[in-house]
Amino acid sequence: MYVLIGGGGKVGYYLAEELIRANHEVLIVEQDPSRVRIINDEIEDAVIEGDCCEVATLDRAGIARADLVIAVTGDDEDNLVSCMIARRRGAGRIIARINDPRNEELFKRLGFETTISATQAILAQIEVELPVTDMVPLLQLQSGLEVVEMRLPVNSPAAGRAVRNILLPPESLITLIVDERGSPRIPDGNTVVNAGDALVLVTRREGVESLKEALIGSTHGMDT
Amino acid sequence: MGCGRVGARMAAHMAGNGHTVTVIDLDPRAFRRLPTDYEGTKVTGNAINSKVLERAGIESADAFVAVTQGDNRNYMASQIAKELYRVPQVLCRIYDPIRQEMFDEPALRTFSPTSVGAEIMLGMLGLTEDVD
Repeated sequence: MYVLIGGGGKVGYYLAEELIRANHEVLIVEQDPSRVRIINDEIEDAVIEGDCCEVATLDRAGIARADLVIAVTGDDEDNLVSCMIARRRGAGRIIARINDPRNEELFKRLGFETTISATQAILAQIEVELPVTDMVPLLQLQSGLEVVEMRLPVNSPAAGRAVRNILLPPESLITLIVDERGSPRIPDGNTVVNAGDALVLVTRREGVESLKEALIGSTHGMDT
Repeated sequence: MGCGRVGARMAAHMAGNGHTVTVIDLDPRAFRRLPTDYEGTKVTGNAINSKVLERAGIESADAFVAVTQGDNRNYMASQIAKELYRVPQVLCRIYDPIRQEMFDEPALRTFSPTSVGAEIMLGMLGLTEDVD
């Protein structure tokens, strides 16, 4: 896979390192010559100096043949422009880093479904640490699918039931179950879920509410 | 958005012609470019922030014009105006002619002073036929 990374900051650099280790062809476009030198010292032939918002630079980097373009500068407006150019040039997949969570909606409106926001990710982790019974968004996939995590509460209507007997909203799947001892398993229709299990699910954004209802139960009158 | 020479001039012109105008700029000192009799509103803040845009009354705006020094900031603010606030007319200055052409669309008109300026000056030299 040919991966083009816009921005050679910490995120871009570590991403490149990991992708190269996984045998992908990677090129970082970085504007700051001193950053370029640092990256070049660490990973050779994986960086060019230039503005990742400039069409000529991206063309030189071969954006049209990129299977994946990842825009990870610290400025959302720059990431947006890189993504737009990538789309016009016919790049395969496009992933954008979002620095200000308020900009997420704009990227989605413009059709960039896969976005990564550190703020959101950290918030999700905080929610994990807190004893709240709720869906934690892990990842947003293209075409409106979401990967979410949740812990099955004691009074869950699904607790003690086999997966095939749990009524999930359309296009929702339980993809992974981690029990309280921390051992993971991929469920089939006969797998029974128990209170305290952590579930990783795929669902449609529209389905999140009905999913909550199926797995957490009615939230009305919970505090009595 | 952007109270530089172009922004201030446009704002003053429109306000002088009876339109309701708000200028947004990051730096309040930029408002000194407005004429002393300017009757429009001035808002200090970053126009790629929805809160600032709402403070400037974007929800009832008939037109949005982005003329800061940053091409990408102009473009992002224009997209916000178009996509999230449905402003009927959105105008965006992009210095880079390639990006300007690439990003131009009916609901978000782009303008490049670079290509327009070059064209006019070539015309003044009688060389218009050389413009590609």
